[in-house]
Amino acid sequence: MPVVLKKSSRWRVLAAHIGLIIFIGLTLFPFLMIISISLRPGNFAGGSLIPHSFSLEHWKLALGMSYADTDGNMVHPPFPVLLWIWNSIKVSLISATVSLVLSITSAYAFARMRFRGKGTLLNGLLLLQMFPSVLALVAIYALFDRIGDYVPWLGVDSHWSLALAYTGGVAQHIWLIKGYFDSVPYELEEAARVDGATPFQAFVYVLLPMALPILVVVFVLAFLGGMIEYPVASVLLHDEQKLTLAIGSRLFLFNQRYLWGDFAATAILAGIPLTLIFMITQRWLVSGLTAGSVKG
Amino acid sequence: MKRRSLLHYAIAAVGVLALLAGLALVPVFYKAHQPVFAGGMIVVLGIAVWIYTSARAYAYRYVVPGVLAVIVFIVFPMAYTLGISFTNYSSQHLLSRERATDVLLQKKIAGDASMNLKLFRVGDKYQLFFSSDDEGAPSYTSEPFAFPSGHDEQHVKLQTTTAEGVTGGQIVLLKDMFKLQPSLKQIAAVLPDGTELRQSSLRRFAQSKPAFKLQKDGSLVGTDDGHVLKPNVHTGFFEDAAGKPIEPGFRTTVGWQNYWRVFTDPTFHQPFLRIFTWTVAFASLNTLATFAIGIVLAVLLNWEALEFRGAYRMMLFLPYAVPAFISIPVFKGLFNENLGEINAAINLIFGSRPAWFSDPNLARSMVLLVNTWLGYPYMMILCMGLIKAIPDELYEASALAGAGPITNFFSITLPLILRPIAPLLIASFAFNFNNLTLIALLTSGGPDFLDTQVPAGATDLLVSYTYRIAFQDSGQNYALASAISSIVFLIVATLAVVNLRLFKVNRAS
Repeated sequence: MPVVLKKSSRWRVLAAHIGLIIFIGLTLFPFLMIISISLRPGNFAGGSLIPHSFSLEHWKLALGMSYADTDGNMVHPPFPVLLWIWNSIKVSLISATVSLVLSITSAYAFARMRFRGKGTLLNGLLLLQMFPSVLALVAIYALFDRIGDYVPWLGVDSHWSLALAYTGGVAQHIWLIKGYFDSVPYELEEAARVDGATPFQAFVYVLLPMALPILVVVFVLAFLGGMIEYPVASVLLHDEQKLTLAIGSRLFLFNQRYLWGDFAATAILAGIPLTLIFMITQRWLVSGLTAGSVKG
Repeated sequence: MKRRSLLHYAIAAVGVLALLAGLALVPVFYKAHQPVFAGGMIVVLGIAVWIYTSARAYAYRYVVPGVLAVIVFIVFPMAYTLGISFTNYSSQHLLSRERATDVLLQKKIAGDASMNLKLFRVGDKYQLFFSSDDEGAPSYTSEPFAFPSGHDEQHVKLQTTTAEGVTGGQIVLLKDMFKLQPSLKQIAAVLPDGTELRQSSLRRFAQSKPAFKLQKDGSLVGTDDGHVLKPNVHTGFFEDAAGKPIEPGFRTTVGWQNYWRVFTDPTFHQPFLRIFTWTVAFASLNTLATFAIGIVLAVLLNWEALEFRGAYRMMLFLPYAVPAFISIPVFKGLFNENLGEINAAINLIFGSRPAWFSDPNLARSMVLLVNTWLGYPYMMILCMGLIKAIPDELYEASALAGAGPITNFFSITLPLILRPIAPLLIASFAFNFNNLTLIALLTSGGPDFLDTQVPAGATDLLVSYTYRIAFQDSGQNYALASAISSIVFLIVATLAVVNLRLFKVNRAS
């Protein structure tokens, strides 16, 4: 921001570097700690950041393998972590697919068509996406519990139910996709229309291929949303074999059974891919959030 | 052209399938005693058929899938929550009135007839032999039968016999009878006059009859002494003449009772007020703290004289990118009073171990600290975007006027950023107001208040309080939880409307 650098600025730059490094050191401390804990033998704290002795036992357990401890006893994985990860992926893929398919055409209509009630509906969607699903937890539980009496695969403890319950993100997705459609010039579709294409053909063959990036981003965001969701899953899933990772990982840290090291390895195993995916896609999410305020 | 028709046919096929699936649901709803849903389904399907066939509704063909999803997955659960808040739905009143009546009608009491059982094995089948205690009374025997493999009751017909056992059969010894217990429980032996006998003890079968009979007005009459149980739609119980409630209760509408309890019954009113105050304080403090840290970092990272900004930005962003379900338990472990690394360090330096999870104020500070850690990168990213939009000329002008960075910050950056960020701050407030994940994973609401009758804790937010009421301790009171949720709905709705106004003002300018 300042155009001319004075001498005092050099000190300021240095101070900023030092301040930032200290701040980053403090905020990243938990991550360094958790890596150290995952490589340390045993499940109890104590010891420095760099472990005195080194052990891969927690990693073996996290990957579903057993190992023999110093007395020769086999230690088995405490929880089916890989199964939980697979459950999470399954639920998130279903919900991301369903919510993307449901929001694409609506976003198209909101971006390109005129119809009665458009403004009201758009505002309504903007309002509704602010309501978190945690407020409707009781209703979600009661509904699926009752549906389950008649359709067992859509009751409590079913991955289908959970995936459907996650579909509420549609309101936000419609806004994100609409914002992108708005930024794509209309001329190409118009040309297609002149050549005799129906609005639907113009949408499928002209606009959609151009909008592929936002579709990927929305899909990934919906997927991540499903992977990290806690409250709804904790209400709908109870069977240990059915849990998603987000609710299963809670079972590691009870006072009676404190599996600190096993948790650390699991956390890193699951955390790294999710973190990377999020780092790559977050730019679009943030630009979608600030779009209304910045661009004007 | 062929491609076009294929796609159109495929979509038409999906439409027809959806229509058929919808139609198939109608009888299911009807059977489930939900005529309103069945009717609603028909109306919805009718509208859908009109939209997808009429040229006038063309645009709505595209709008419907998304809007319908929003209605089904957001609006309907909200409305349903509101609906539940006016009932007494809880673990004591779980069943509908029909189901509760059925449960009572299935209650059996012992009748007069009872007989001794001898079980005989004939080949791989079994035969029952019953003898009476009274001398001279007839004995009964059954045809050879196999025990049922499922869980359904099996009726076995008996005939009178004069023999003292079963010819050609081998009597089953007592120890083997034990093993056959589960199967014997499934047998209903039917006497020639139609009386049904069921196992009452290991070697005895007794007549059992329904305890109640249903009257036309919905009340139940005891078959033994004729006492009457009347359903009370206000309390949700069947009650006897003295007003004593009989389990199980049923769901019924209780009007504003749950709201009334929240606002006037001291048992609920007092923790509600405390939790409400903390929720507001938590959400505001958190929004302020993350915004303060975020904007300072954003200003630094937008400073062109600073090197390695990309690397700093990435590392500063990391806490937000790591899924909360992982980082919150990590903090829970690090803050653990006896085993955690944070207390190990504090103990080393200051010689004390703060009780992060049992002291209310420390617990609240910890919750704030952790959530600020989780949330500042988001604010930082938002502020960075907004600061970039501030024209450079403003800073150049102020540099000419000799202003320092602090003056710049307070007279240019902050005022210009406040308006566009206001809706996002409100959204952040609303998000933290309902941050169930943080509380559920970090403290579960604890430490609990010692002076309240309903379980509630110092770090409970309104949502985690409703979560506890509905799914954990204190009798799973879904209705009360829904009432509190509905109140929070109102608060969030107010915030959302204010937000929409601000958002529009920003757009217009």
